[in-house]
Amino acid sequence: MADTPIPLEVQNIKKRFGDTEVLKGLSLQAHKGDVITLIGASGSGKSTFLRCMNLLEQPNEGELFVHGEQIRFKETRHGREPADWKQVVNMRAKLSMVFQSFNLWAHMTLLENVIEAPVHVLGKSKQEATEHARQLLERVGLAERADYYPAQLSGGQQQRGAIARALAMDPEVMLFDEPTSALDPELVGDVLKVMRDLAEEGRTMIVVTHEMAFARDVSTQVIYLHQGQVEEAGPPDEVLGNPKSERLKQFLAPKH
Amino acid sequence: MIDLHGYGPRLLEGALITIELGILSLILAVLLGLLTASAKMSRSWLLHRLGTLYTTIIRGVPDLVLMMLLFFGGQIGINQITDWLYVQFDIDIFINVNEFVAGVVTIGLIFGAYMGETFRGAFMAVDSGQIEAGRAYGMSHWLVFRRIRFPQMMRHALPGLSNNWMVLLKTTALVSVIGLSDMVRVAAEASKATREPFTFMIIVAAIYLLIASVSEWGFARLQKRYDVGYGEAD
Repeated sequence: MADTPIPLEVQNIKKRFGDTEVLKGLSLQAHKGDVITLIGASGSGKSTFLRCMNLLEQPNEGELFVHGEQIRFKETRHGREPADWKQVVNMRAKLSMVFQSFNLWAHMTLLENVIEAPVHVLGKSKQEATEHARQLLERVGLAERADYYPAQLSGGQQQRGAIARALAMDPEVMLFDEPTSALDPELVGDVLKVMRDLAEEGRTMIVVTHEMAFARDVSTQVIYLHQGQVEEAGPPDEVLGNPKSERLKQFLAPKH
Repeated sequence: MIDLHGYGPRLLEGALITIELGILSLILAVLLGLLTASAKMSRSWLLHRLGTLYTTIIRGVPDLVLMMLLFFGGQIGINQITDWLYVQFDIDIFINVNEFVAGVVTIGLIFGAYMGETFRGAFMAVDSGQIEAGRAYGMSHWLVFRRIRFPQMMRHALPGLSNNWMVLLKTTALVSVIGLSDMVRVAAEASKATREPFTFMIIVAAIYLLIASVSEWGFARLQKRYDVGYGEAD
């Protein structure tokens, strides 16, 4: 175990939008099998932090290591940018992201969505990708919906389909950006169940969420962010069971 | 049967020229349009300015004026260059601006500017989440463009594209002024010679209408193809 590189490590990530510093030096290590949940009020920077991990946002400072490989940056007129986009593209193929608004490609069927990146990015054969995709759709309970278009599916089905799409990449780490926030309450359960199963089988996951029960039951580590800084971090029992800071206590207090 | 006084075959040739001219100009216009849209959406200040300059000039000057400017002006420009080459290096070449090429280039240039605006709007209408999902799954810029951005953009662009094509098709009639024997010019000659303008012009009108109807059918099929997955359009 000691020899296998850490799937994802970020060091001292800083991000500014204009004059506002939204991330003030955040670090994180995701070891194999870790489920790290990022919690915090809206505006705390948790989604931005997650989006810096696969460089959908460019951090102004900080380092990223994916499977031990350091991402190289350079300074340009437009600010700091990756020095080698090929490296970024390869890195992203190892980190699958699940979005709040699903973002399944609207012009493709569910099955086409799931095989798209394996075929065109990983270079798998269409047949192999399709077989794998059907297994994954079966797994998230959408085998019968393979030939439907996203617009023909409910939000919960779309998100489970998006999880199948993420799994099809056989990712090192899965990034979840508030995966249940856009769903009707009665659809949240199915999506969370799929995510619990993934955690149980040892997937490495980083999850931005408001679902405290999920954070408590499933995660190996909880990070509470406040205004772009880590306010508290640790095992869920500690952070959620016995919060130290006044702010976190308030954040966790049941809202009437 | 209508008596065409032997002008039938020439009219048909003219119709073919109209169609060829239209299709080649359309291809050029689409390519220029995609380039212009990209330039105008680019982060580069220079590209943005160039794109804006192009669309401003083209959209602000009448098509007919542009056509004469490019055809006659272009010939003078080329002559000056070849003269200079002859004087300086004793190289004697003669380039005659071909009317057909001049027509395609002019119409392509004009409609490239309109297409640019159509495409720009269509690109901006694509949901950014769709693009992000492509990037997040390790797609290169080109792959995102080919697999996601372009097919989704086309859905928004097709109504404008088909409109531009209809206008372009009718604009091809202007090439008769630079001496190209498209069907309008043939019909005009025939009308003068036979003093039966109505006969020939009604035929020309009918042919334009036929081409337009076929195009409309074609565009409707394309629209259907690119609307796949968007429930409300079925």
